[in-house]
Amino acid sequence: MKLVTAIVKPFTIDDVKAALEQAGIHGLTISEVQGYGRQKGHTEVYRGAEYAVDFVPKIRVEVVVDDETADTVVQLVVDAARTGKIGDGKVWVTPVESIVRVRTGEAGDAAI
Amino acid sequence: MLMAASLVLLMTPALALFYGGMTRQKSVLNMMMMSFSAMGVVGVVYVLWGWSMSYGTQDVLGLFANPFEMFGLAGVIGDADNWMVSTLGAYPQVIDVAFQVTFAIITVALISGAIAERVKFGTWLVFVGVWVTLAFFPLAHMVWGGGLLSHSENGLASMIFGTVDDGDGGLTAAVGPVDFAGGTVVHINAGMAALVLVLLIGKRYDFGRTAFRPHSLPLVMLGAGLLWFGWFGFNAGSAFGANGAAGLAWINTTVATAAAMLGWLLTERIRDGHPTSLGAASGVVAGLVAITPAAGSVHPLGAIALGAVSGALCALAVGLKHRFGYDDSLDVVGVHLVAGLWGTIAIGLLATGTFGTAPGVFYSAEGWKLLVVQIVIALAALVFTAIMTAIAYVICRPLGWRITEADEQSGIDGAEHAESAYEASTNALIR
Repeated sequence: MKLVTAIVKPFTIDDVKAALEQAGIHGLTISEVQGYGRQKGHTEVYRGAEYAVDFVPKIRVEVVVDDETADTVVQLVVDAARTGKIGDGKVWVTPVESIVRVRTGEAGDAAI
Repeated sequence: MLMAASLVLLMTPALALFYGGMTRQKSVLNMMMMSFSAMGVVGVVYVLWGWSMSYGTQDVLGLFANPFEMFGLAGVIGDADNWMVSTLGAYPQVIDVAFQVTFAIITVALISGAIAERVKFGTWLVFVGVWVTLAFFPLAHMVWGGGLLSHSENGLASMIFGTVDDGDGGLTAAVGPVDFAGGTVVHINAGMAALVLVLLIGKRYDFGRTAFRPHSLPLVMLGAGLLWFGWFGFNAGSAFGANGAAGLAWINTTVATAAAMLGWLLTERIRDGHPTSLGAASGVVAGLVAITPAAGSVHPLGAIALGAVSGALCALAVGLKHRFGYDDSLDVVGVHLVAGLWGTIAIGLLATGTFGTAPGVFYSAEGWKLLVVQIVIALAALVFTAIMTAIAYVICRPLGWRITEADEQSGIDGAEHAESAYEASTNALIR
């Protein structure tokens, strides 16, 4: 099993969700996060005083899938979240050791 | 006049919005409370001895009037038959008390913006009472109550250029100082007090390291809009009647403010690349402040020039605190002191010489006299306020001025009021 984590621009989340639903992925977790990559943030000016706003709002998407689906999910997210401009985000895959569905106690692939 | 008084009173809650929006999220309630509590303390103190000290008949050295003469408004607003409502001028005197108390309230509330996010609330309350007594009431007496900075035959203006017959058998200054609605009494006074306090109290602990961004610019815009609305009571009301002078003050207030907003935005566009909403709101206030003393004595074209310069001047002045390293949190000095001084001095240039005031430099060869008078009055007010504010600071010092560094970091709202302005999804259980 794999955990696919994606950091994407907030306005792309609907496209990401739609793409995953179409591919039969029926669960995901999102959170509002802040961070920056190479481009850093932006500057704002208040009464002439310039402030650097380094942390940019992003959405973190987390999906647990079986090993075979992981690459597809990565591709779907990348396609859905790409705008071609700086700050589109990143997607990475990490191995998952075990997983249990709380309601039924099912474990492993059956719990995904 | 009651309408005007009500409008001026509205300015203080409007100021709370204006200042509250400019502070950080963790400090907005304390900032707003500083304005609201000024209404509380001054509202009471004014009736007790404020009116008597400002407008009493027993003058003391031209500086203030006997606070006990009309303590608690005793015996001043009517005789036994028509207590409270005797009409001494165009309207009952008690209405003048109502109008004047609102000026005292907004003046002391203005100061609070300079010392945002770091002062003990209890000390502020005491300071409000002490400062209006030592600085505001005397200055109101000096400028408006017939004291040292007025038209009075014993005033500074009379000492400089002599006196003339006032037509009622008395003497008045040949070149009288002009402060239509409070450039000296309200804005120079509050701005100088703010400067003295920030120098004595010191910077916020993370000044110069952390960005102090306004937490809600819509609140700032709303506050500025309401201030503009209330300012009509402030300036037009200072004509003390529904007359031509009131109309002139209204139109001057509006065009000067409009020009000041444009002046500030243009300065920002050139200097920073963007015209900002905070700049528009600040320009509005800068224009309102600058036209305050001049609203009754300049032509609307003069008001436009006065306002445009004020906007540009204040937009540049707010940068001074970063250059000199004093933490005037919300730019009370940069906006109120600078615009207040500019408006007061600009009268010496732009006064048209109508409505009983002397003409300024642009309207008469003798105009330099008014300019000199205006500068002298402004300087005298600066010195007086600086000394009185320092004394008020010392009187309050035993109470402690600053909250702790830890309280500043966690937010003054929680530390001083046990409240937070916005629901932050922390689970609070009922104990």
